Amino acid sequence: MSALEIEGLHKSFGRLEVLRGIDLALAEHEVVCLIGASGSGKSTLLRCVNLLEPIDAGRIAVGGEEITTRDVDVNEVRRSIGIVFQAFNLFPHMSVLENVTLAPRKALGLGRSAAEAEADALLDRFGLADKRDDYPDRLSGGQQQRVAIVRALAMRPQLMLLDEVTSALDPELVAEVLELIRELAAGGMTMLIATHEMSFARDIAHRVCFLDAGVILEQGPPEQIFSAPAEPRTRQFLQRIVEAGRL
Amino acid sequence: MFFVLVVVVVTQAPGWPEFKAYFFDWDKYKESFPEIARAFWLNVKIFCIAEAIILVTALGLAILRSLPGPVFFPVRALAIVYTDLFRGIPTILVILMLGQGMPALGLSWVPDDQVFWAVVALVLVYTAYVSEVYRAGIESVHPSQDAAARSLGLTHGQSLRYVVVPQAVRRVVPPLLNDFIGLQKDTALVSVLGVVEALRQTQINEAAAFNGTYYLVAATLFVAVTIPLARLTDWLVARDRRRRLAGAMA
Repeated sequence: MSALEIEGLHKSFGRLEVLRGIDLALAEHEVVCLIGASGSGKSTLLRCVNLLEPIDAGRIAVGGEEITTRDVDVNEVRRSIGIVFQAFNLFPHMSVLENVTLAPRKALGLGRSAAEAEADALLDRFGLADKRDDYPDRLSGGQQQRVAIVRALAMRPQLMLLDEVTSALDPELVAEVLELIRELAAGGMTMLIATHEMSFARDIAHRVCFLDAGVILEQGPPEQIFSAPAEPRTRQFLQRIVEAGRL
Repeated sequence: MFFVLVVVVVTQAPGWPEFKAYFFDWDKYKESFPEIARAFWLNVKIFCIAEAIILVTALGLAILRSLPGPVFFPVRALAIVYTDLFRGIPTILVILMLGQGMPALGLSWVPDDQVFWAVVALVLVYTAYVSEVYRAGIESVHPSQDAAARSLGLTHGQSLRYVVVPQAVRRVVPPLLNDFIGLQKDTALVSVLGVVEALRQTQINEAAAFNGTYYLVAATLFVAVTIPLARLTDWLVARDRRRRLAGAMA
């Protein structure tokens, strides 16, 4: 059984067709990286999986259960899928602890003490214990993004979606966030990751998918995609990345 | 500078002695103060009751107007019609229509207390204004905040309650207070119904003694309430800012 299964996914914004038939399946504990130029549909694909964007055609199943039927409870689905955004999107009027415990308390119905105990354990595990009472404005970008990941993890998701989580960070803050993601991968978390960090993708991914103009043009193990891409478009994209000094 | 100029021009004016006698009679000021203050107490009560209700109804109206999707179109349309209507009609007309019209119906279950209808009129008018303030606040919260809340499995209502509205309200505290200072002053309009509040009491005194010092008494009382209200907002805004940025010196 696949942890995530996407079939024939189409999505348009007005006349612009952003996703033009995506087929993708993730096995449990698999880490898949999506690479491709800006506007190739990576973010939209992740947002569709989390049902933040209604899809036009196709089907998506998580843990064998279709989530794109009409009668599905979107809130129920989202509780089992964690998503982390490029811009962190922490709640600025809440402390770190409140950010992390809000959804477990209100969406899962956990009591305050249970939710806080669990949040403290997660914050401790990722080196954020001393930040629990701080407000997001006080934290560095790297710390904010780590809190955002912890906030998603607090829902005990069976699948994590990461949308260019290091793109808004200063270069010296990228490492701490990538380190956390490596740890999640080592712990067996199933993840679909849109990223511009090619060396990270090569390191962590079991499989790399190259998105181009709304389709998965090429996919395979990272060694193959990064050293011997079959498609000219993939070669061209990686060439530009190399020239920009990002690989 | 401007203030000094005004003082000089006014005190040099040919009518200044009469003006002074009419407006600045210290004995009359002292003597009438308790009486007008007692009448002003009614303004304070009207204001407090109306404000407490408006804070809730206006937020409700703003939320109704922000409901998404075609299903809620009739609700949104009704909310817009309401807002347009009650922001368009002069407050004094609404007070007159309700204060004189409703008791005139002669229905036994309709209250005939004019203060009651004055409060209703002020609530109707200010709900329209204040809901627009709330709405601006709700729309100023970036959609990514709602997306983050929804992505965690919170419902639309929970996202509004815990994430969007708290941020929106913090942002609109100053304009909200501005509207409440307006409401505080508009309680004087209730005098058109013959209700003896501060302004009505002042008019009674003025007519009896032909002296304008009483207006000054009423003005003092209104200012004595609105200025602390303004300082309170400044303090609330500063405290919220301090708390969020506590220690962020690095």
